[in-house]
Amino acid sequence: MTRPTPIPTPTEQPFYDGCQRGELVLQHCNHCQHVVFYPRTHCDACQSDSLAWRVASGEGVIATYTVVRRGVSADFPAPYIIALIDLAEGPRMMTQIIDAEPEAVSSGLSVRVDFESWSDNITLPVFRLLPVQVP
Amino acid sequence: MRSQALRGQYALVGMAESAVGVVPDKSPRELCVEVTLNAVKDAGLSLADCDGLITCNAFAEPILYHAEAVAEYLGWQPRHCVTVNTGGGTTFMAINMAIAAIAAGMADTIVVAMADSLRSFMTRDQAMVVQSSSGHPHYEQPYGPTVPAYYALIARAHMDRFGTTEAQFAEAAVSCRAWANQHPKAQKRELITVDDVLQSRPIADPLKVLDCSLVSDGGAAVVITRRERAQDGPHKPIYVLGYGEGHAYEHISQAKDLTTSAAVLAGDAAYAAAGLTPDQIDLMQLYDCFTPALLIQLEDLGFCRKGEGGDFLASGVTRPGGSKPLNTHGGMLSHCHPGNPGAMFGLTEAMLQMRGAAQARQLADIQTALCHAQGGIMSSHATLILGVEETL
Ligand SMILES: [Zn+2]
Repeated sequence: MTRPTPIPTPTEQPFYDGCQRGELVLQHCNHCQHVVFYPRTHCDACQSDSLAWRVASGEGVIATYTVVRRGVSADFPAPYIIALIDLAEGPRMMTQIIDAEPEAVSSGLSVRVDFESWSDNITLPVFRLLPVQVP
Repeated sequence: MRSQALRGQYALVGMAESAVGVVPDKSPRELCVEVTLNAVKDAGLSLADCDGLITCNAFAEPILYHAEAVAEYLGWQPRHCVTVNTGGGTTFMAINMAIAAIAAGMADTIVVAMADSLRSFMTRDQAMVVQSSSGHPHYEQPYGPTVPAYYALIARAHMDRFGTTEAQFAEAAVSCRAWANQHPKAQKRELITVDDVLQSRPIADPLKVLDCSLVSDGGAAVVITRRERAQDGPHKPIYVLGYGEGHAYEHISQAKDLTTSAAVLAGDAAYAAAGLTPDQIDLMQLYDCFTPALLIQLEDLGFCRKGEGGDFLASGVTRPGGSKPLNTHGGMLSHCHPGNPGAMFGLTEAMLQMRGAAQARQLADIQTALCHAQGGIMSSHATLILGVEETL
């Protein structure tokens, strides 16, 4: 077993190029302003094919999460934290929360993107908890 | 099949179940052959009387042209022969496609047969990987989600939004096990408590191993035909009163709503076609791949209000002796879950209950039953409402 690694399509390549540079990039619809994720040839709100890549803030909020106690394969030593993140720009994406104690994670917490090298030419977005702001 | 005109026009006249649980002596294809023949026999027919076959592929023994291969194995040349693959929802979508095929004149009497052997013909790790491969290959799978993890995301969202507790999820497993305790063929029969579920091995928080359905071998088949042809069999026909589907997304990370599923759409369409409301359903046979899925279906199919599934389960009404019997065979949590064929056993159990042939767990006077199945991660839904002659 090896861990699943994306082989980007031409449409998706700018997303992965962004990750390699340390930038989370998202498609914005020129017709209806919807922000599209995952990368597509057409907007999933209005089906326009006029989409433009823009750098995202990299910030988001945990919509829901789970601590995986039994990994999917030997390539994924448990425990690890999988979450759905509501990005500040609107779309939701699946990710891992890294470098966090399971007990520290809960829905609604703010997170920021980071990047993890996955293979020679693939880097993937992961997220970290933002430090708790003390007023 | 939204139209009320179809209500009662098609009937299930035969059924068969293989042994379930650990069944190492037959391959998935051989189990599929076995239940096909037994369902035809149960209907009082021979293969020559049947002219359609709909199957589902098996994870443990994938075949490119599955239905054709099963027919060939039997030396049978049905004029309609097709493989359907819509994951866990396949069972009832296949029933609907059988009805559509009969309505279109493509066949008169169709066998719907499915079997798989996730337990004996795959390693546990293979079964886990193949099932989690439903995740998006680029935007989900690289992060290592398991199927329980996908459902755990939904469970957590329900807890956050409605205050549902892990103990309430556990009630679903306790209820199903109490029914399985009365089923001699069920894979898991020993009674469990909420505490047993809570103390069982963590899989993907908040889900423990007893919140997860079984990994099983097994198969089942049914025979469906027109009402006019359904009168001469040895068993009382079970009529299709309504059917509906709902399709919201494929991948859980694309769900617009994590706590309300397209079961609402499937249920609404089925109720409308059947001319029935949830309180007129005598028996619920729902898709309990994981305890939160069952809880959300109870809400989405209108058996309780949104957010109150936990209280509904904890009240005990779904258990033996309760007023709202649910998964009386023990469900996929306790009877068996051989993968895509899982919901077939919800269907065959409904037929047994409506025939009055459910032995120790037989309920009094079951005239209507609602069977629900879903594929993906609460993604695509199918609802089938059945009734006996008196409901027509
Ligand atoms: Zn658009």
